[in-house]
Amino acid sequence: MSLSLLFYCVAAITIGSAVFVVLNRNAVYSAIALVLCFFSLAVIYLLLEAYVIAVLEIFIYAGAIMVLFLFVIMLLNLGKEDALPNLNYLQRATSLLLVLLFFVGIFIVMIGDQGLLHQPTEQFLAGGIYPLGEALFSKYLLPFEIASLLLLVALIGTVYLAKRKV
Amino acid sequence: MDLLGFTIILVKVLVVFAATMLGVLVMIYAERRVSAFMQDRVGPNRVGPKGVLQPIADGIKFLMKEDLVPEKVDKPIFILAPAILLIPALMTFAVIPFGSSINLFGREIALQVADVNVGVLYILALTSISVYGIVLAGWSSNNKYSLLGGLRSSAQLISYELAMGLAVVSIILLAGSLRLNDIITDQQGSFFSWNIFRQPLAFLIFLIAVYAETNRLPFDLSEAEQELVGGYHTEYSSMKFAMFFMAEYANMITAAALTVTLFFGGWDVPLLDEGSLGLFGTLLSVLSFLLKMAFFLFLFIWVRWTFPRFRYDQLMRLGWKVMLPLALFNIFLTAGYLTLKALG
Amino acid sequence: MATIVKSYEPTFWDKLYLPALMRGLIVTFRHFFRKNVTIQYPDQKHIPPEGYRGLHRLNKYPEGRIKCVACEMCSAACPADCIHIIPGPSPWDGGKERYPVRFDIDLLRCIFCGFCEMACPEEAIELTEIYDFSDYTRDDLVIDKEGLLEVYDLTKDQNYYTKKNLSKASSVNTSIDT
Repeated sequence: MSLSLLFYCVAAITIGSAVFVVLNRNAVYSAIALVLCFFSLAVIYLLLEAYVIAVLEIFIYAGAIMVLFLFVIMLLNLGKEDALPNLNYLQRATSLLLVLLFFVGIFIVMIGDQGLLHQPTEQFLAGGIYPLGEALFSKYLLPFEIASLLLLVALIGTVYLAKRKV
Repeated sequence: MDLLGFTIILVKVLVVFAATMLGVLVMIYAERRVSAFMQDRVGPNRVGPKGVLQPIADGIKFLMKEDLVPEKVDKPIFILAPAILLIPALMTFAVIPFGSSINLFGREIALQVADVNVGVLYILALTSISVYGIVLAGWSSNNKYSLLGGLRSSAQLISYELAMGLAVVSIILLAGSLRLNDIITDQQGSFFSWNIFRQPLAFLIFLIAVYAETNRLPFDLSEAEQELVGGYHTEYSSMKFAMFFMAEYANMITAAALTVTLFFGGWDVPLLDEGSLGLFGTLLSVLSFLLKMAFFLFLFIWVRWTFPRFRYDQLMRLGWKVMLPLALFNIFLTAGYLTLKALG
Repeated sequence: MATIVKSYEPTFWDKLYLPALMRGLIVTFRHFFRKNVTIQYPDQKHIPPEGYRGLHRLNKYPEGRIKCVACEMCSAACPADCIHIIPGPSPWDGGKERYPVRFDIDLLRCIFCGFCEMACPEEAIELTEIYDFSDYTRDDLVIDKEGLLEVYDLTKDQNYYTKKNLSKASSVNTSIDT
């Protein structure tokens, strides 16, 4: 009972901070709200007993990636409105459509067959590091390697772009 | 959960919190005295016998001082930043076991606030969070020196976190677990089963990275006085400044505790079975933990007054071109050894 | 003639930097046990070496007569222009006809160069080893003839800061200036 109460509180914080990220006009405040969002997501993972994922969420997203984001925002010293692009009608319509599509998808899942969702297996419930490692290096090895290749390509591209200016 | 269990947890939290704060006070005193001795000076010796009450006098002074908030700062973040830095610093100690378990009230009590099965990751995650305090303090101060200090430290922390994490990975490989208790159990036995003898390279990398993570000399570029005034805390005064101060020392204490846990067998007393000695054994284990920690805290101060500060490019070169490859090489070696052992 | 300087080639061992770091640590560790050089000032006082140029004094003959003949050589030699003398006919018999009626030194202007000492034909003005004579007002730091003679009494026999004198020192010290 108390756990579900906690869940609703944390979920409210998650959604609230996520909305704040989008609506706020100050890039630094948005970044901080996003960090808060990651934290509350981590709490939700904890409630699901996925300890490793929860800690990794904080470690990687809040601790590393968002710090780099903040770094860039501060280096560029964005004004309050500079960061916002002007969207034309077509872009606005497209984004609205995508949002609607997303909500419809969630709605279908919620009222529809629960089997569509990923069912936690016994080992994932244990929340250990072993099942995660096993899954990453056996069943999901190909996507894992492709993702790393993608990151490598991005890295080389960045180096190439940066070098050209020197 | 029953009432007794809840009380025990509460007591443990309070004890660890109080001990950390006490440790901060002791460290402030020790830092000033030890640095004085290393420079052939006397250091504070007026407040109380041998000056031991100096940190309390400092604390009262901080409380009495005017809490200045400059006009052009970003007020909410400016006020929030010291707390963001201090809270993770105090939270980290929760997963570190500081002694073998004792039997009280008919149940076994582990001397550790929370036995998390991803303890190592928890600590790494929290240390990565404390960057925010520094970066936000630097940004919100609206001061070029503060901003430079904040940016430097964020880049530094990200760079050295990698090397630190990779050094820890080799320890995790040996212990086969992320739980700190398992890592300690893995090191029990003879003197040479401590990880410093099994992983000397990892220890070296970890130690250097820890100095960078705690923003201590020779890596205190974020508050390099000679070039950045006070760095990220230039604009802070009174208790807010004291919070940065406390966070730095709390981080040092946690770092020392972590070094002891990962490489020096934690509370393990070599060649002794603590469990068989009952309460005495527990006391002995706590004592051994504290002694080892004290050595590393002393080392922090010792190193501070020995080595000059790195230049920024040297810092980055050391982090990315030396420590990271070395850490990867060490993981490769460890993994290779373990694979060979598994094959027989 | 050109000398060939062999450039320093660090060996692999040097490039590790670890031995150098250890040596550095040992150096600071040795200092940890070394004797402190601090002098805990109000409790312990630094004893200045011979020839230290501190507070001035006006010397007296053994019978008590002031040596100064108010020739004003010192005030002429003074680069800071801090010595002010009002001469007058000497009240004593024999030899020297002049003596200073007033002899004021503005200690805030004085730069303690010792030129007055060198200019004096009678060896009447000298600089002593006293260095702590701070006070609260500018007026109190203008020392007059009586004060200067008192400094002579304080310093003629022994060093002002030697242990014997220390207990007395703090009490007499303030009286010099007022």
